Amino acid sequence: MTDPAEAVSLVGPPDLRARRSSRATTSMIMTGLMVAAVVAILIPLIAVMYSVIARGAGVALESFPDFFTKDIPALSRRAGPGMGPAILGTLLVTGAATLIAVPLGVLGAVYLHEYGGHHKFARTVRFMAMVMTGVPSIVMGLFIYIMWTMRFGYSAFGGALALACLMLPVVIGSTEQMLRLVPTQLREASYALGATKARTIVTVVLPAALPGIVSGALLAVARAAGETAPLLFAVGAAKAFNPHLFSEANTALSVQIFSSDLAFPAAESRAWGAALTLVLLTFLLTFVARVFTSRFALKR
Amino acid sequence: MQLLELRGKTQRADTAFRWISVGAAAVVLVVLALVAITMTQRSLPVLDKMGLDFFTSSRWVEAEGSYGALSFIFGTLYTAVIAIAIAVPISFGVALFITQVAPPWLKRPMVYVIDLLAVVPSVVFGLWGVLVLSQHFGLGRSFLTAGVILAIMITPIITSLAREVIETTPTADKEGALALGCTRWEMIQATVWPHSKGGLVGAVMLGLGRAMGETIAVALVIGSVSQITANPFAAGNSMPAVIANEWGEADDLHKSALIALAVTLFVITILVNLVATAIVQRSMKRSRGS
Repeated sequence: MTDPAEAVSLVGPPDLRARRSSRATTSMIMTGLMVAAVVAILIPLIAVMYSVIARGAGVALESFPDFFTKDIPALSRRAGPGMGPAILGTLLVTGAATLIAVPLGVLGAVYLHEYGGHHKFARTVRFMAMVMTGVPSIVMGLFIYIMWTMRFGYSAFGGALALACLMLPVVIGSTEQMLRLVPTQLREASYALGATKARTIVTVVLPAALPGIVSGALLAVARAAGETAPLLFAVGAAKAFNPHLFSEANTALSVQIFSSDLAFPAAESRAWGAALTLVLLTFLLTFVARVFTSRFALKR
Repeated sequence: MQLLELRGKTQRADTAFRWISVGAAAVVLVVLALVAITMTQRSLPVLDKMGLDFFTSSRWVEAEGSYGALSFIFGTLYTAVIAIAIAVPISFGVALFITQVAPPWLKRPMVYVIDLLAVVPSVVFGLWGVLVLSQHFGLGRSFLTAGVILAIMITPIITSLAREVIETTPTADKEGALALGCTRWEMIQATVWPHSKGGLVGAVMLGLGRAMGETIAVALVIGSVSQITANPFAAGNSMPAVIANEWGEADDLHKSALIALAVTLFVITILVNLVATAIVQRSMKRSRGS
């Protein structure tokens, strides 16, 4: 039950004595405003997608697949395709970040849910993970710059560390939620067969929660792939291919968009092409995550 | 004998797995502690030199070695407030529409579409903001443009949190209100509002925290002018935008000043997030208790 006094304090109780028609009109107007809000949220999505496709598709598809494989022109004003190094860089940085953050995050969540529970240490970690989710990405970027880049220089790996720090609390949160959905009976059945706790977790609990864990991780990856600020400090903005994870400045799609010299039409259209590629990449990851979620929902 | 040995081995593996998982969880604490320690340490040079002036002066001139961050702190708060003012009515409207008005078949697609808006990278919004919004809509590079872009970015977050909060309103309350003859809006006023108030405030504050930390989109559209003015059409600057724009050419003291900005940002966003979480948890507990 909600406290009626509180309703009064906030908006006043509905006056049921007022004329029915005027009350119905008010309700209709408010419903109309809700619909207007829905329209208002759709406009920017449609407008952004329209711009990205209209201005990016041309350069991305012109003499396909050059845009995805060729070098970025060294001079901004030179026309022509090329975001290959940035695509490689994004995949390299995001992939390495995933390899660091997902195992750590899943194990951390396993501790929180399967071992820690309401233990004080577990509660502290849960709280701090929540705090860490709110750390602005640029702060994480500067942190990695101080810890890694100042010692070892620009590299894709530095960017991966920064993204991993941003992904870790998200993966922990989503994985713990999924572990909560695994029925206790499954664990008990496994214990009854003589399995140890670790074996139960690895062979029973994690497989049961797997689709949900994958889905949560993919959403975290999708967010990370679009990050720019932390990469500026750790990865650099090279223009040539760099397949090495640990050495030399690298680049990424997001960094190229941010640092393109928009005064030149050629650079601008390459930026739109890069934006289109990046949006498609994040949407694809989100879509695959959805597929995993819906499969999990069927199992439940 | 062999059985005993096997048992010892599996037990050791069991304990090892446990400690590995503890270690993984501890990484969170280690990283956060390192962030706080190293960043504070690196910001000391500028804080030594400027003292409290760092927070109260808005004179930011590298050539003089004078670093006062007030105008950037102002810009961060101002753009975030504009974003909240735009995003909150829209988010609540959409959340109410999805939970109270939309037919069941429409709910899921709508949630998907809004989630899609949440994964568009911020740099893409920034590019769109600087090349489309600021040029074709006459907003220029200004606080307002930054606020609008931020509003677009935080609306999906506030909407999905608000939707979750509103969905916990007991059906019995809502049906009771309707049975008394309430219209839909009166039902929302009488049951949904009072029930979700705390959670909604928390959702808004989480959105606020996100808006203040956002860097790239703001860096592209805010105009990079250091000034304090209430005119939303004026160009300004914000803490994260300054860091992103000036880091490349900064000398040591300048870098220290930028790190001090990051520490300030870190502290403000964490405070906002803590308050938000406290509010959300308290209201969740209350609604679960009832």
